[in-house]
Amino acid sequence: MDYVKAFIVGGGICVIGQILIDKTKLTSARILVLFVVLGCLLGGLGWYDKLIDFAGAGASVPLPGFGNTLAKGVMAEVDARGFAGALTGGLKSAAGGITAAIVFAFLAAVIFSPKEK
Amino acid sequence: MAKREIVKSDKDYDKLVKEASPNSPIVKNCIKAFIGGGIICCIGQFLMNVLSSYGLVTEERNMAVSVILIGIASLLTGLGWYSKIGRFAGAGSVVPITGFSNSVTAPAIEFKKEGFVMGLGAKIFTVAGPVILYGTLTSIFVGIVYYFVR
Repeated sequence: MDYVKAFIVGGGICVIGQILIDKTKLTSARILVLFVVLGCLLGGLGWYDKLIDFAGAGASVPLPGFGNTLAKGVMAEVDARGFAGALTGGLKSAAGGITAAIVFAFLAAVIFSPKEK
Repeated sequence: MAKREIVKSDKDYDKLVKEASPNSPIVKNCIKAFIGGGIICCIGQFLMNVLSSYGLVTEERNMAVSVILIGIASLLTGLGWYSKIGRFAGAGSVVPITGFSNSVTAPAIEFKKEGFVMGLGAKIFTVAGPVILYGTLTSIFVGIVYYFVR
């Protein structure tokens, strides 16, 4: 059952992105920015966690889930350190994902060459 | 005057493009995005379930799922397969965290030939940079608001 929920909610979030691409000519980079910002705001309100509780990876794997991680991180850090936490919490929580992306991308760039399209 | 002519021909070109494009493939695109995105999320769910059975707690587990998906997507991008997935799934391949990984890896590979510092190094954040910038700004906003209302 958790796979069905993950599929439907995750697929649904992607459909929203597809509609935005087809209807508004937003580039995929803008979609990524928009989704992370939206996820962060929804996370700040505590709403996105409810979606994750329901859909699991269906909500945490799409990019709003990344935004939600930023929001949760910053709120936990504010709880722990006070006002200064607002500055450090977001990137701290995202550090794992960002660093992984950098490391794997660098390795891939060293190993692979551009493919013909 | 030359400028006006260019603008005019741009408009004409837009019109031509619109006429030549197949009529509203949006439903088809959405179905493909749904399937592609759904499958990627199910792979994420599978990883989540496996890692849970090894006793990882929620936050470590979710981070591990992200890191594994990011690694797989980097590899597929390097092999040139992720763009094939993208051609089928559209937003279904862009919106999941794998799309973020692809957006970091693809320019890194593409611009390696322009050098490791100003090529790979500068272009690696072409898409991820804006995402991290606005994500971070939003998180600061959330943090400040949270500080005052919690």
